[in-house]
Amino acid sequence: MANANHPTSASGRAPSERGVIARFAAAYGQEIVIFFAMIALFVIVTAINPRFISPENLNTIFSGNAYIAVAAIGMAMIIITGHIDVSVGALIGVLATISGTLAVSGYPVWVALIVPVFVGMAVNAVIGVMVAYARIPSIVVTLGMLSILRGGLITVTGGAWISGLPPEFLIAQAKPLGVPAPIYFMVALTLLAAFWMRYSEFGRSLYAIGGNPEAARASGIPIERRTVMVFVIHGAFAGLATMLFATQLQVIQSTVPPNLELTVITAAVIGGVSILGGTGTVIGSTLAAILFAAIGSALIFTNVSAYWLRAVIGVLILVTVMADMIRRNRQGRA
Amino acid sequence: MIKRILRHETILALLTVIVLAILAYQSDKFFTVDNLLNQGRLMTEVGLVAVIMTFVIVTGGIDLSVGSIVGLTAILTGVFWKSLGLPLPLAAFAAIACGTFGGFMNGVIITRFKVPPLIATLATLALYRGLAEGISQARSVRGYPESFYVLGQGNMLGVPTQLWLLIITAIVAGVVLGYTRWGRTVYAIGSNEVAARFSGLPVDRAKLAVYTASGFAAAVAGVILVSRVSTTRSDMGTGLELDAITAVVLGGTSIFGGRGTVIGTLLGLILIQALKNGLSLAGIKGDGTIVLIGVVLILTILISNIVHRDGNR
Repeated sequence: MANANHPTSASGRAPSERGVIARFAAAYGQEIVIFFAMIALFVIVTAINPRFISPENLNTIFSGNAYIAVAAIGMAMIIITGHIDVSVGALIGVLATISGTLAVSGYPVWVALIVPVFVGMAVNAVIGVMVAYARIPSIVVTLGMLSILRGGLITVTGGAWISGLPPEFLIAQAKPLGVPAPIYFMVALTLLAAFWMRYSEFGRSLYAIGGNPEAARASGIPIERRTVMVFVIHGAFAGLATMLFATQLQVIQSTVPPNLELTVITAAVIGGVSILGGTGTVIGSTLAAILFAAIGSALIFTNVSAYWLRAVIGVLILVTVMADMIRRNRQGRA
Repeated sequence: MIKRILRHETILALLTVIVLAILAYQSDKFFTVDNLLNQGRLMTEVGLVAVIMTFVIVTGGIDLSVGSIVGLTAILTGVFWKSLGLPLPLAAFAAIACGTFGGFMNGVIITRFKVPPLIATLATLALYRGLAEGISQARSVRGYPESFYVLGQGNMLGVPTQLWLLIITAIVAGVVLGYTRWGRTVYAIGSNEVAARFSGLPVDRAKLAVYTASGFAAAVAGVILVSRVSTTRSDMGTGLELDAITAVVLGGTSIFGGRGTVIGTLLGLILIQALKNGLSLAGIKGDGTIVLIGVVLILTILISNIVHRDGNR
């Protein structure tokens, strides 16, 4: 919000002439907008219904969408590199079924939890190779993969429920030190990924590839290998998201969670990841995932029918994206 | 010459013929008039959307909100008729007008605010579906009068009523895209939008028209769907956008814009529908066919890429 007043005066000059706050605002504009939106939401809803900020509800808000936040980290990386993945929801459905099946067939819990991570990496390695080396656009490959995973899952399982999960498998229900386990996961993975994207050579190269592939190639970045790698990493995050998704309830429904891929993409995009590639951070996508959960909870606490949730989220995306575009257009013209 | 033979549409047509031949050989129920007409009925809703989606993707855009517009139009038809007491035809027209306005809004957001189409329609996908869920509160509307089912379940001159709509739409769309100045504008925008703008083409107006048409097609598909399944629910049309995009891309339209034909999209539609139908006749359950469609989609683009690698790319 702060930088909306500055761009005309600041954008024409060298970055060093700008103040620290303006530079920070320019780098994290969208993240700041979401952060303030979240604070405004908490203040307003709490004024209407003080129970909104009770510890239990805060735990629900922050842990309920943790799996979406974790999946959105990988998605943010994919979109920053200039690609898209519409199959991640189907993948998480498949991985959750694998995880649950292993758990009830008597394998050790750690095996049931870790195998999906590797399966996710393997599936996405295939996607990555087809995108990078066979040069099929990522939306086409993942659209195909979406059909394959979704159809395959229902054919094999018939949409049955997996029940009788061992209690020690349900790690998402654990509360070390009174805080739900998914929150630790989400915070740790987000910070790790944020630092890695910002300071590692690999992370920087993803921005370069997304911003200008030709320039990235000319400066010696092995684009094909990096593209495969980023898909594999995204697969690992899908596996980690599955760890939280599959273990939150006593049962796992072996179908694809509807619209999960769109929720994940939306979180990444509202978080400030430009769909054109080259910009954005994983912190923003995590904030956006939490914001979704907060909005859903806010509707309940203000007695608005939860059926309006998606309409509210739709308006929210439109407002944030249009504000961002107006700001960018104004900066571009100045 | 060889380039012409190896065009994507030709490869696809060959593939379609092979699939049809195999299916006819597998099951004697496949090549009956009844079955083929019924398949035409089933593919009309996705077909209408996919034909217009071809224009959208040729401009280099995408419209993810069509499935939600189908749901919203369906809900509004029911609400206008049952709750507001409008006569059913008027209710359907009003609902279609609302759905078309939804498409128009997509166009406004994309052209006026320069929001990338993927994001804009992702947002309206959530918004329109959310409106459908909010307005209906997840309650369904049933009990439409018999006369309304003519559209979705009846026949006209021995052919399913809605199939006529698809045929006419496809012919008009094919002529407009292939043979008019307006169609050429659409290709020009997809090939190089900046160049199109500098050549004085009405880029924004064309895009606005394309997204409005996409909303209109989805809205009509919504009303047809209500008439075909005799009920209205807010989750109608979920995932339809992906089916339509699959048909368009399978039909050889470049997802980056600038290349694609209506004929290709129709072939893509027919291939998908034939696979679904043929496999279910062969005893494979509906979900198994989805897997095959995914494989066919990837393989077709892969083969097309390999064939076109040297030369015209």
